Amino acid sequence: MKHRYLPTTDQDRKEMLETIGVDSVQDLFEDIPEAIRFKGELKVEKQLFESELIRYMSKLSSQNANTLENASFLGAGVYDHAIPSVVDHVIRRSEFYTAYTPYQPEISQGELQAIFEFQTMISELTGMEVANSSMYDGPTALAEAGLLSAGQTKKKKIIVSKTVHPEARAVIDTYARGQRLSVVEVDSSNGVTDLEKLKQEIDENTACVMVQYPNFFGQLEPLPDIEKLVHEQKAMFVVSSNPLALGRLTPPGEMGADIVVGDCQPFGIPAQFGGPHCGYFAVTKKLMRKVPGRLIGQTTDDNGQRGFVLTLQAREQHIRRDKATSNICSNQALNALASSVAMTALGKKGVRKMAEQNIKKAHYAKALLEEAGVETVFNGVYFNEFVIKVNGPIKELNRKLLTKGIIGGYDLGRDYPELNNHMLVAVTENRTKAEIDMFVEEVGGAK
Amino acid sequence: MSKDQALIFELSEPERISYSLPELDVPDIDLDEWLPEEFNRKTEPELPEVSELQLMRHYTALSKRNHGVDSGFYPLGSCTMKYNPKINEDVARYPGFAFVHPLQEEETVQGALEMMYNLQENLVAVTGMDEVTLQPAAGAHGEWTGLMMIRAYHEANGDFNRTKVIVPDSAHGTNPASATVAGFEAVTVKSNEKGLVDLEDLKRVVDQDTAALMLTNPNTLGLFEEQITEMATIIHDAGGKLYYDGANMNAIMGAARPGDMGFDVVHLNLHKTFTGPHGGGGPGSGPVGVKSDLIPYLPKPVLVKENDAYRFDYDCPQSIGRVKPYYGNFGINVRAYTYIRTMGPEGLKQVSENAVLNANYMMRRLQDAFVLPYEQHCKHEFVISGKKQKKLGVRTLDMAKRLLDFGYHPPTIYFPINVEECMMIEPTETESKETLDEFCDVLLQIAKEAEDNPEIVQEAPHTTVIGRLDETTAARKPILRYQKS
Repeated sequence: MKHRYLPTTDQDRKEMLETIGVDSVQDLFEDIPEAIRFKGELKVEKQLFESELIRYMSKLSSQNANTLENASFLGAGVYDHAIPSVVDHVIRRSEFYTAYTPYQPEISQGELQAIFEFQTMISELTGMEVANSSMYDGPTALAEAGLLSAGQTKKKKIIVSKTVHPEARAVIDTYARGQRLSVVEVDSSNGVTDLEKLKQEIDENTACVMVQYPNFFGQLEPLPDIEKLVHEQKAMFVVSSNPLALGRLTPPGEMGADIVVGDCQPFGIPAQFGGPHCGYFAVTKKLMRKVPGRLIGQTTDDNGQRGFVLTLQAREQHIRRDKATSNICSNQALNALASSVAMTALGKKGVRKMAEQNIKKAHYAKALLEEAGVETVFNGVYFNEFVIKVNGPIKELNRKLLTKGIIGGYDLGRDYPELNNHMLVAVTENRTKAEIDMFVEEVGGAK
Repeated sequence: MSKDQALIFELSEPERISYSLPELDVPDIDLDEWLPEEFNRKTEPELPEVSELQLMRHYTALSKRNHGVDSGFYPLGSCTMKYNPKINEDVARYPGFAFVHPLQEEETVQGALEMMYNLQENLVAVTGMDEVTLQPAAGAHGEWTGLMMIRAYHEANGDFNRTKVIVPDSAHGTNPASATVAGFEAVTVKSNEKGLVDLEDLKRVVDQDTAALMLTNPNTLGLFEEQITEMATIIHDAGGKLYYDGANMNAIMGAARPGDMGFDVVHLNLHKTFTGPHGGGGPGSGPVGVKSDLIPYLPKPVLVKENDAYRFDYDCPQSIGRVKPYYGNFGINVRAYTYIRTMGPEGLKQVSENAVLNANYMMRRLQDAFVLPYEQHCKHEFVISGKKQKKLGVRTLDMAKRLLDFGYHPPTIYFPINVEECMMIEPTETESKETLDEFCDVLLQIAKEAEDNPEIVQEAPHTTVIGRLDETTAARKPILRYQKS
């Protein structure tokens, strides 16, 4: 039986084989030595018809608790935000999603312009001069920032605050090992980087200092103080930032950051069990030619008409090969488009309002929990996350919450032994007052 | 179509919105007071302000200025621009796949884990490897992951002096770049007159420093490395490992498996062979498969199945660690799994057979008008050279631009770097004979134009929304963002 993705008919095949001058398709595989030819049938699961497949995949999907039907208070780097309907309508246009990297600018102006607009939006939010066209995700972007810093400063030591996302720190470790760089983690104090300990660590071998803003606990790191310590030693200042937070918070670019990275998932990208999301990478003009990944630039054609092209490609692997600034090739273009559409839909006022609602709702939830007698730890300023302490394992509390239609927060004991029985609670604009009240009631009752 | 498309920022007018957030339903606080001065943002980010219809018109206009596989033939060599099934897009958006948080308790995501586990098993079967990780985000990320594992393997054996990774001169640029990022030095091995790795040169470059040989098979010329078992022996005898770049897997599914050829590590590009769409440049997915002796070094966590339940195992002391947060590009993996189930084992085999048939047919139709550098049958793609036309003053770049006038995306050009003025053509199995014929007819016409009327080719494209762009100025005086004038 013919398959719907395979148009070649028997008659086609016959004519094509004649042109090629062979008797059978098997003749075209004669160059594969007999000894390594695969015989028999691949042990791949059997074919399903579309109707069967829809039923099977729906069944698998229904076995997962989702954040549309449950109220999620889980964040820790991935957030449940409003996604305007227009986002999916745009990224489902097949001219975008069935294209590849815009190597031929004359027939790729749509993609190129959309990403040029994305670069502009990221520059605006971060307060940086240059942003690239995307990275795999926030953590790999942060790791690449470490490699860039080491290359730029010719120094081998990367300092990372323990208030940076634990999985990001794990990714940094792997990348650093590749380049034989050392990674030193700095403790926190009251939920933010311990400045005294940081100061002791920064020395003349330090390539960069990495902090997260808002940090993994939701707290705002004192960037101006850290910046002074970092630049006094001529190291580079790398900040990982939730771009939504920058709709309301002073951007790292205005506080002396050399590299700002993060993940655009809060803008228009569903959680998707952890990926694909969309890393961004923004730098000062000085570092423009050291950036990993693709950059889109504006130029003109022979009639003087404005157009867009991939530019500064001499940095990249397909030109520079082993001397490239990074090995990244495919990036997250479609998700960069999704984030651009979300930022456009929300608009200048909407992004600010959304960021503000996150702070205000988190503030409401935190105060209500405290009123209910739940212990909150760390007393600094926060964005949309904060930490509570409960009596008993978080896993059990979350199990109970799920029976009420609530996905509970992150179990910090998984990464910080000293924070056993501590939950990182995320409250986005998507959480209604009623949901927050119910969460507080359940957690308060269990404290 | 209008020649210029305004930037979204140029369409912006204060107060317009295309999404309405609900009003705050909790007691308000004054953030100017609540936020300490240093965190209270003063400069407003200049984001666009447009209505919902303006937004849709803008992005629809942009989409019309873009060529995708659904728009027309896209024979971009080494990229496998095959049809992207629509059911994949639907399934990836099911609530239990799209709206699931990666840090939810494992018992609440068993369906997602089952899908991942099944996909891994299927990829094991296609590649002939012993275990697969889905963590890497794309092909290059998979390359680096695989090389890091090879390094960990050597180091665990007390072998710290294997500093070199051998790559053929025809290799994709990510190969040497990934070797560098993984802390190795890339060493080039030459191709012979048949377009295959020169065994004598390989013997010359292999030594006790060799950590691995990276190879695509079929290679980037679309040719099967017939002496692969001899090469495997050379590398293994020297204590090195053999790395398979799966960019060209679309050629050999069901016909040969890297695991049987002697490869120790394999990465796959699920956005190529397995139809996770290319997305305008990504996201992709780059799973890595390994033979048993490399299993201990897989990135963590590792997905395991016990008594019909799935969980992540974090207790992997020899693991290279994490290469990505969470568990990879799950959304792309859902699409790839949906595709594999749509095809089944027989279907996947048919895919490769038709891909190879299509490429060979085109190659024979084009061989006389151009220079065919390698005579033998190709696999899923082939390379022709525009050397003849260059003598007439028409470069391969010109011919590529001329193809745009006929509604085609050109082939990959000037790659691989070991063939002068080359065009690398990969039709894929999802194209009909009619499409292949029409494209060949046009390319043959362009070859004729190069003789009769070279200007029309040299000045192409003539029908696109924009002419050839000044890339030199773009690089010399970079404008990388919009600035309000």
